[in-house]
Amino acid sequence: MRYLPLTESDRRAMLAAIGVPSVDSLFRDVPESAWLKKPVEGLPDHMGELAVDRALTAMAAKSVTAGSAPFFIGGGAYKHHVPASVDHLIQRGEFMTSYTPYQPEVTQGTLQYLFEFQTQVALITGMDVANASMYDGSTAVAEAVVMANRVTRREKAVVSGGLHPMYREVIDTHARFLGFEVVAGRIDPTSAEDLIDRIDDKTSCVVVQNPDFFGNLRDFTKLAEACQARGALLIVAVTEIVSLGAVKSPGEMGADIVVAEGQSIGNALNFGGPYVGLFATRDKYVRQMPGRLAGQTVDADGRRGWVLTLSTREQHIRREKATSNICTNSGLCALAFTIHMSLLGEDGFTRLAALNHAAAASLAGKLAGVKGVEVLTGSFFNEFTVRLSKPAAEVVEALAEKNILAGIPVSRLIPGRDDLANLLVIAATEVNTEADMDALAKGLTEVLS
Amino acid sequence: MSDWSKAVSAFKSAGEGAPTMTGNLGLQLEEPLIFEQGEDGRCGVDLPPVPKVESKLGGLARKGRIGLPGLSEPQVVRHYTRLSQKNYAIDAGLYPLGSCTMKHNPRLNEKMARLPGFSDVHPLQPVSTVQGALELIDTLAHWLKTLTGMPAVAMSPAAGAHGELCGMMAIRAAIEAKGERRTRVLVPESAHGTNPATAAACGYIVDPIPANARGRVDIEAFKAKLGDDVAAVMITNPNTCGLFESEIIEIAELIHSVGGYFYCDGANFNAIVGRVRPGDLGVDAMHINLHKTFSTPHGGGGPGAGPVVLSEALAKFVPMPYVVQEAGSYKLVEHEGEGGQNFGRLKAFQGQMGMFVRALTYMMSHGADGLRQVASDAVLNANYILARLKDEMSPAFDGPCMHEALFDDTFLKGTGVTTLDFAKAMIDEGYHPMTMYFPLVVHGALLIEPTETESKDAIDQFIAVLGGLAQRAKQGDQADWFRAAPRYTPRRRLDETSAARKPILRWMPETESKEAAD
Repeated sequence: MRYLPLTESDRRAMLAAIGVPSVDSLFRDVPESAWLKKPVEGLPDHMGELAVDRALTAMAAKSVTAGSAPFFIGGGAYKHHVPASVDHLIQRGEFMTSYTPYQPEVTQGTLQYLFEFQTQVALITGMDVANASMYDGSTAVAEAVVMANRVTRREKAVVSGGLHPMYREVIDTHARFLGFEVVAGRIDPTSAEDLIDRIDDKTSCVVVQNPDFFGNLRDFTKLAEACQARGALLIVAVTEIVSLGAVKSPGEMGADIVVAEGQSIGNALNFGGPYVGLFATRDKYVRQMPGRLAGQTVDADGRRGWVLTLSTREQHIRREKATSNICTNSGLCALAFTIHMSLLGEDGFTRLAALNHAAAASLAGKLAGVKGVEVLTGSFFNEFTVRLSKPAAEVVEALAEKNILAGIPVSRLIPGRDDLANLLVIAATEVNTEADMDALAKGLTEVLS
Repeated sequence: MSDWSKAVSAFKSAGEGAPTMTGNLGLQLEEPLIFEQGEDGRCGVDLPPVPKVESKLGGLARKGRIGLPGLSEPQVVRHYTRLSQKNYAIDAGLYPLGSCTMKHNPRLNEKMARLPGFSDVHPLQPVSTVQGALELIDTLAHWLKTLTGMPAVAMSPAAGAHGELCGMMAIRAAIEAKGERRTRVLVPESAHGTNPATAAACGYIVDPIPANARGRVDIEAFKAKLGDDVAAVMITNPNTCGLFESEIIEIAELIHSVGGYFYCDGANFNAIVGRVRPGDLGVDAMHINLHKTFSTPHGGGGPGAGPVVLSEALAKFVPMPYVVQEAGSYKLVEHEGEGGQNFGRLKAFQGQMGMFVRALTYMMSHGADGLRQVASDAVLNANYILARLKDEMSPAFDGPCMHEALFDDTFLKGTGVTTLDFAKAMIDEGYHPMTMYFPLVVHGALLIEPTETESKDAIDQFIAVLGGLAQRAKQGDQADWFRAAPRYTPRRRLDETSAARKPILRWMPETESKEAAD
């Protein structure tokens, strides 16, 4: 077996040094009734590299890839172009095969890029401070609610109907087990709900998303003021991080916590993961934050260096009193984010955002001219919602038959609502060509006629 | 001369008394932050001009600069290459972190994870267009269920701790479905911190169980804590002392006898994969760290993946989503049907697909026969270290151990050298330290997990270094020498106290950081 260096003679010599006759005797603490005498049944024996490659390549070929079709699906995961150097650099063994930087003298590379990552996230969200990443956007938003409960010592979260439905479900799961209340906003793709009215003295936080699940952009400045007046925190979720290159930041609007899905920068679609959760807040709440933090310090010779810090918040020190049970972060995905963002810089990031907006605006214009399509979203970034003259799920299936991946039927995420059945959420990014957009318009014309 | 020196020190890293002007030491290169290298008007990507379209931003356009630095591609590549060179890595050397299973990360895994049919697929594509991706998840699920002897698996948890949360939520959902209310979860004192943190995050009170003199759960103390208010016991097996809980079947029977559940922390599954099925031990839920046992890279701290296998009693509480096979094709169950009992959703989408591909690649490469050999060699390597170092260092418990060898700091007694100093001295000899001061039940713990992917030569060399350092410590009068280690790393010991007291968590432009200091 190519990954196992011990030879039979090594094994014999080692057993002799230990003073036991066989490896079996090293397992003597295992109750004998649970011993497997031979390899587990029902699984194949080992395979060479070529055989594994062939089998998995054949399996992979059974899916339609985003790059092989006009592609307009978003909803919390977006297809963007990632520069070739990103994937090259994250595969350097020194990054990819190192552990959490608990020994700072031999992990300055990881610690420095985490510090750069934290700075980039703080800058684009307009916040004071960011952590070294969470699993993804959906778990980050649930952690943010739990943090707001802790900060305010209240137990009621007001959640916008515009929050990604899966993110809402993750909050609901935590609410069920931790016993806090969730007040759900109205799901309405066309108009802004009034959340201010729902804040009271028991509200720990208000959770909104910008742009929201349907693509709507909103200014939450007034909501932030209302939150502050009632002692609640405003949590702003961002599922398309590229939007922050074009849109007023949540920090400027007065958010207390910003959580985001960072996949769009540096990371592939990966059928849903691994992604990278961003988590940013105000300085005054930093000791209530979940997750790892890299901080600047000096070494014994007075030279600048980095360490993991404020770990007294974390489970390995605080155990059941920790701010979260999270242990790992999303290190390598955060590295991909950091490298891609470094390549983009100010000019690249803002232009990438502008290209995305232009693509979506252009596509919305084209689709508005298709009979049976009504564009519902007035102001948006790179994603918007249309009402079709037929159920969106059927239309999406029919377009998939034509090799067009058209968008997300709202009914897939929110089933059982007749008023939402014909709604389709469509995203456009810098990867979409004019020809892609024309293909979607033509496909829709055919399917809806 | 001094002018040149000043010019060079613009790199800002050469400290007082540094042997070179730049702070560089040959191949060991200083590297400033990207924010200190940026120039306006420079960019590392070439993007096309933006077409003129009417803005739909609704008056919410960002105003003012973000403050991101501008760098070209060669600068970025050099920057991150230099940073990478400041890291220790399993590719470069033995990485004996106990309980972390730092094994070789095969590159075939990386190649397979990047097949477009797995990596360039959106989680919300029509199910008819993602059959290959669902097949991969279903195939991995089959391997995990077969290797553990468990009937069900929840695939979505993003990491080990997330898997613990999933398992404990399933347990609580099962208890509530029976109309019961239970408040306590029993957790051994030797447990990893995520266990008590998870129980708390699931709304339970944590009740610790002491370890006995053999490093295992004190079964009498455990019995004394049992009652009808106990929801579960969370036990790591093999445990964090590197020992198999020999009374595990009795523990499972006892917790079941009071109506509680057995959560097994599967962090150390590498020691028993292919040799013992947790399902045969009475386990109700167990997470599997794919980044440990199944070789997906640790990536400097993630991403991980933590699927949870579930017993018959918990299977119906599995969270959304999950994959089912129907009439020859795969379907994804994303919503609660009539009468369903799943406890909800833990995470958007289907789970850590990229890690699933890597783990399955690894499993197929080893096969059932190779995986059994993995456990055997991992345990053999650890016992070899334990046996060879038992006289120079002080084993915490009598052997044999499983996949990791635990020592305490008795061998350092009276030397003035601490576990930390000893570990830092290892760094200068070219090794990443072992896990230190964990588990908490052992004084000054040094927990060594070599894994099965080390050769005998590599382990002999490692043993020689540890033995040599132990002898040096015991010579006496060496405390200062150890305390000064490491000397030859990009940075020497870092001041963690001041980092925490006055946290600097992001870069600030010089003017602003001055203002902040004032």
